[in-house]
Amino acid sequence: MTLVKTSNLLGAAAFASLLLAVPALAQDAAAPAAEAAATVDKGDTAWMLVSTILVILMTLPGLALFYGGLVRAKNMLSVLMQVFAGFSMIALLWVAYGYSLAFGGSGTGGLSAFIGDFSKLFLNGVTPESTSATFTAGVEIPELTFVIFQLTFGAITPALIVGAIAERMKFGAVMLFLAIWFTFSYLPMAHMVWSGSGLLFNMGAYDFAGGTVVHINAGIAGLVAAIVLGPRLGLNREPMAPHNLTFTLIGACLLWVGWFGFNAGSNLEANGLTAQALLNTITATSAAALAWASAEKFIRGHASLLGAASGAVAGLVAITPAAGFAGTVGAIALGAIAGVVCLWAVVWLKPKFKYDDSLDVFGVHGVGGIVGALGTAIFASPALGGFALDGYEMGHQFVTQLTAVGIAVVWSGVVAFIALMIVKAVMGLRVTEAAETDGLDLSSHGERAYN
Amino acid sequence: MKLVMAIIKPSRLEEVRQALNSLDVHGMTVTEVKGYGRQKGHSEIYRGTEYAVHFLPKLKIEIAVDDAQSDDIVSAIREAAQTGRIGDGKIFVLDLEHVMRIRTGETGAAAL
Repeated sequence: MTLVKTSNLLGAAAFASLLLAVPALAQDAAAPAAEAAATVDKGDTAWMLVSTILVILMTLPGLALFYGGLVRAKNMLSVLMQVFAGFSMIALLWVAYGYSLAFGGSGTGGLSAFIGDFSKLFLNGVTPESTSATFTAGVEIPELTFVIFQLTFGAITPALIVGAIAERMKFGAVMLFLAIWFTFSYLPMAHMVWSGSGLLFNMGAYDFAGGTVVHINAGIAGLVAAIVLGPRLGLNREPMAPHNLTFTLIGACLLWVGWFGFNAGSNLEANGLTAQALLNTITATSAAALAWASAEKFIRGHASLLGAASGAVAGLVAITPAAGFAGTVGAIALGAIAGVVCLWAVVWLKPKFKYDDSLDVFGVHGVGGIVGALGTAIFASPALGGFALDGYEMGHQFVTQLTAVGIAVVWSGVVAFIALMIVKAVMGLRVTEAAETDGLDLSSHGERAYN
Repeated sequence: MKLVMAIIKPSRLEEVRQALNSLDVHGMTVTEVKGYGRQKGHSEIYRGTEYAVHFLPKLKIEIAVDDAQSDDIVSAIREAAQTGRIGDGKIFVLDLEHVMRIRTGETGAAAL
């Protein structure tokens, strides 16, 4: 769980917990504040550093190749560049103000349920000596470790949106949109879910590794952006088949490997629950890949590689919030459900509503994220082999998860829409028709992927 | 002189080359082309989208030959390229007015 607070927030969290009768977790996490100095374990630190690197691998080159293979050859570089430049930009914004707005602040009153403050601008006050809490009383990790681990989450989330707007948006417009959306949707959502003073944290929402913050958040923004941008020229008239599914599979596999850092790293320590989260990240993914491909075989006649790869990503998305809450069998069930539901979203829902979510960011991340968030309420049940926190009751937890999903959907959707309107007013959203026909590689970047 | 132009399945190229080699035809030009005849195309499905692929990959072979040889070459290509299934392709024979070998300037049959 990344429901972590920096040490100086612990008192505030305890205060909030008294006030709002939050679940035992927050109180447990808050308890060590009263105890002797916490220890920093080198094993935990090493694991978190490795996890951080793994999550970077998810974006660069994992996500870039996964998306790149799915577009036409003339737009290959534009997708790689949007992911690459987006990651680089967010990494800098994270250090400049992102970490501060997500995890800074005293945690009381005002807007503290929604956003941090500016106390840690440019990582002010974060030193090699400062520490962040984990989920075990008296065990902490270096705060810088937490800063960079969270940086990678902040950087991959806007990059996910690139898939929804691929093949038609101006490069500058993509960058400005991602910057605005990161600031006003990602940072508040990360704060609300993971900070000790956050609204959803204190509501007791379960989100082990960021299903709500990362996937629902990005999926909804992608949907809104796809609708506002409008469909690609020639959609349903000319072939838009993926230009290299081999790249897509390589990307999907890098995503899968990187996701071990994403999910298991979110435990913030190297222990048995970390291994459980890692195991769930294997089994849910496998189940989802097979479920998607099998359902495809059943309804369409072929089990496709793209189906298996898409199913794997859907399973990874769905297990994200549940990684440390679901048991082994629950994870398999959750993955299988996500594989079939996301296939439905991509094959039926998208054509039905006629939006051009180019690479199915909403269908896989949005829908898969919602399946995962709601499924976490069910599969966390100890009766189903899960690892619920004290005070768990399935019906109540389901309502809490549903509320968290609703808040994420509305928040991200509204911010994405406003951000797009701003970008449209400033520089316009789409490239010209001629530029789109020529392909963005040539028209936006002056180069071609293949010569 | 004739220009023999054959559209064949890509998988039959090596058989056709061997058959022509045994007729002492030692030069040809091969181009990757796309097209359709009676075979039509097929459909491909990527996630939710189904594409009708009308144009299938074929190879176009062009050979310039002496008039006397042309019938043998056409039947050799047919035997080698035939699988018996729809989509095996076609052979066209055209009159060839003039040929010149660029290196030497030879013309006519000497240039073949």
